[in-house]
Amino acid sequence: MIHWQPSASIETLRQRSELLRRIREFFYLRNVLEVDTPALMDHTVTDPYMTALEVPMGKRNFYLQTSPEYAMKRLLAAGSGDIYQLSKNYRSDEIGSKHQPEFTMLEWYRVSWDHHQLMDEVFELISEITTMSARENFTYQQAYENFLSIDPFDIDDKSLKQLAESHFGKLPEDLFRDDYLTLLFAEKVEPQLGRNAIAFVYDFPASQSALAKVLEDNPNCAARFEVYCQGMELANGFWELTDPKEQRQRFIDDNNKRQQMGKSTIEIDEAFLAAIEAGLPECSGVALGVDRLLMLALNQSRIEKVLPFATQP
Amino acid sequence: MASYSTNEFRNGLKIMQDNEPCVIVENEFVRPGKGQAFARAKIKYLLSGRTVERTFKSGDSVEAADVMDQDMEYLYTDGEFWHFMDPASYEQVAADAKAVGDNAKWMIEQNSCMVTLWNGNPIAITPPNQVVVEVVETDPGLKGDTSSGGSKPATVNTGAVVNVPLFVQIGEKIKVDTRTGDYVSRAKD
Repeated sequence: MIHWQPSASIETLRQRSELLRRIREFFYLRNVLEVDTPALMDHTVTDPYMTALEVPMGKRNFYLQTSPEYAMKRLLAAGSGDIYQLSKNYRSDEIGSKHQPEFTMLEWYRVSWDHHQLMDEVFELISEITTMSARENFTYQQAYENFLSIDPFDIDDKSLKQLAESHFGKLPEDLFRDDYLTLLFAEKVEPQLGRNAIAFVYDFPASQSALAKVLEDNPNCAARFEVYCQGMELANGFWELTDPKEQRQRFIDDNNKRQQMGKSTIEIDEAFLAAIEAGLPECSGVALGVDRLLMLALNQSRIEKVLPFATQP
Repeated sequence: MASYSTNEFRNGLKIMQDNEPCVIVENEFVRPGKGQAFARAKIKYLLSGRTVERTFKSGDSVEAADVMDQDMEYLYTDGEFWHFMDPASYEQVAADAKAVGDNAKWMIEQNSCMVTLWNGNPIAITPPNQVVVEVVETDPGLKGDTSSGGSKPATVNTGAVVNVPLFVQIGEKIKVDTRTGDYVSRAKD
């Protein structure tokens, strides 16, 4: 028998439709412009830990976008003002109970806001959708101190490795310091976050800054935040980096790390850099997993239960 | 050497770890907000039976284990080995006590068993879920007690001891669930 039925119930799909409508209403009432940038573009991210799906067309290679970030920032640089987007995004090799290679993301940008202002708005949106009203706030350092009793900025490499191995047993040999930190965070801290609240973690290590500004008063930290509910990551946001020189340097660093890891390098997206050079306004942006938000609202523990159809491993 | 990437991990996949064949029992993909992603798998070692958790970098590859399950006919035991035959090729394999384990008490000649082969050698034997055995020893039950209440131990022709209802008598054939060792019903022959 060929299994053709949807993985979500029709009732769940009704609630999915309702969720999308409420998200659009949320931004309509706040005067944020809806945009829809292409899923297929000629460049992709340099992030050494992200694999985009490549699509050959004639002699050229295109990429399904892993996030709409670069295109949306080009709109911001062109003077769009506040914008949001609901889009399908694609990441190769990501299949699990909370991951699908194709997923729906809500990404939005607020001009002239810093990340703390944006965190307040993320809280408003999630609490409206889920009716959760409690909020937890931790710096990255506090979260580590609370749940693992270590200072992630202070612990030496050897003790960090020992701590990780005490939790996970034998680990791959060639891990970097940040790999131990992210693994411990994902497996031992995240599940404790937002048990009955919307939890915010901010001021991540600068080494995990991605496209966030580094804090002026604390260069060890980046103006990046993540949002968790019931131990599940829901959103990741930045007070966005606007310095084109620093931005180019991060792309080059990513490619150097790719080479170090034996991966192919990624051609830098010059159109994106030119837009940053022309002037990305001071802004904060956040990406929120819509499928996960629906999982949370409907109390589902597997992502395929909220999608019409899902990819199996 | 065949290998699997972590993104091919799924339950039931057979891989090599510490030079031992293993089966993946559970797998979860861990993708931190930024940075290295991992596959966290629960793995059962097929020889020792122990289960451990292992963490792999997402995208790493692991050696595949040449393990397959094959239906074979049980022939006989010589006391040291249990002999099985592939009904298609008539090829025979001999399983030792370690491979047969507790299932020795469910080995019935000419039954079809699932033989797990690693590099062609049997490492585990799974008998049919239900087998028919004959009661060779049990206390005589009370006449007229046909259904309700009570049970008694009965030794069957394969050597296993099964708890049976009181009405079951010596010489009767009964159906037993090999996964639990429980009496199922009288067997109609």
